[in-house]
Amino acid sequence: MSRPRPEPVQVVKERRDRALELLVQGVPYARFMGIEFDRRGDELTAIMHFDEKLIGNPFLPALHGGAIASFLEMTAIIGLSWQTLWDDIETGRVAAEDLGPDAMPRLPKTIDFTVDYLRAGLPRDAYARARVNRSGRRYASVHVEAWQDNRDKLFAQATGHFLMPTRVGNGAHVG
Amino acid sequence: MTLKAGEKARIAKQFIEAIPFSKALGMTLDDIGDGFAVISMPWSEDLVGDPRSGVIHGGAVSALMDTCGGAAVMSHPDAPAGTATIDLRIDYMRPATPGQRIVARAECYNVTRSVGFVRASAFDEDEERPVATAAGAFTVERPKETKS
Repeated sequence: MSRPRPEPVQVVKERRDRALELLVQGVPYARFMGIEFDRRGDELTAIMHFDEKLIGNPFLPALHGGAIASFLEMTAIIGLSWQTLWDDIETGRVAAEDLGPDAMPRLPKTIDFTVDYLRAGLPRDAYARARVNRSGRRYASVHVEAWQDNRDKLFAQATGHFLMPTRVGNGAHVG
Repeated sequence: MTLKAGEKARIAKQFIEAIPFSKALGMTLDDIGDGFAVISMPWSEDLVGDPRSGVIHGGAVSALMDTCGGAAVMSHPDAPAGTATIDLRIDYMRPATPGQRIVARAECYNVTRSVGFVRASAFDEDEERPVATAAGAFTVERPKETKS
C-alpha cells in the first residue's frame, strides 16, 4: 500500500495554528485575562501575561488567587477541548476549508475544580500545562500545573472534572 | 484598638474593593460581619467563557468565591491581619444566567491558630438554586507576638 505524500510542513502548521487561534479567541475571558497558548505539536503551554489588574495583594505584591484559579481552569478547558479539535482536524473530520467559528467544538463544562496554592504568584508572567488523565464520552479528569521562573517549582496546581459536550453524529444521545 | 462594627465594615469594604483584580471584575462588598462576607459581581461581556451561551467563565466565579472566602476569614474575630488561600474547591451546579449579577456568601466556620476553614455559595437572581458552592482552607497570618 502506498503512503500518500505528506503535506508541506507550512500547510500543516497553518491549519493547526488557525484551529487553536479560533478555539482561544472565541473565549472573551481569555482575552480579558491576557491568556495565550503556545503550541508545539499537540502540546499546549498556556501563558498569562502579567498585568497590574491581576494583583490580589498589592503589599507583597502577589497575584490574586482568583486570577490563578481562572488561569488554571482556562488551561484545563482549552486543553481538553484542544484534544477533540486536534482529532477532528488530524483525521480530516473537519476539513481545512471549513475551519471557522462554527466548526469549533462546544466547550466542556466544569463539574468541580480544586486549586492548591503552593506559593505566592509573583508579579510576572505565568505558565501552565494541562494533562488529561481520563477522557471518557461524558466525563473527563484533568490535572493542571502552573509555574513562573522554574518549571520544577510549581506555584499552583489543580484537578478538575468536566462534563464533555455531546457530539452529534457519533451515536451519543443529544439532549 | 477596638473599632465599632460600622467602622470595621467600612474599612473592609474599602480594602476589598481596592484589590486590583477584584476591582477589574467589578466586585462590591455588600455585607460583612464576624466571620462572614457577601460580595457580588455584575455580568460582563469580558467575563464570558462560552460565547455561544454568554455564560460567565467558571474562573470568574472562582475569583468571586476566593475573594469572598478571604474576606470572611479576615472578618473573623479570632483571625487578625492577612490571609492567603491554601486550597479552594468549587462545585458548579448550573450555569449562571447571562446578564444577571452573581452574589457570593462565605462563612468562616472555624479558625485554628494557623488555618481558617470556609464554606461559600454563589447565586444569581434565582435564590433557590445555587450556581456554585465552595469549600476552602485559608492561612491565618497573625501579627508577630510581642513578649509582655
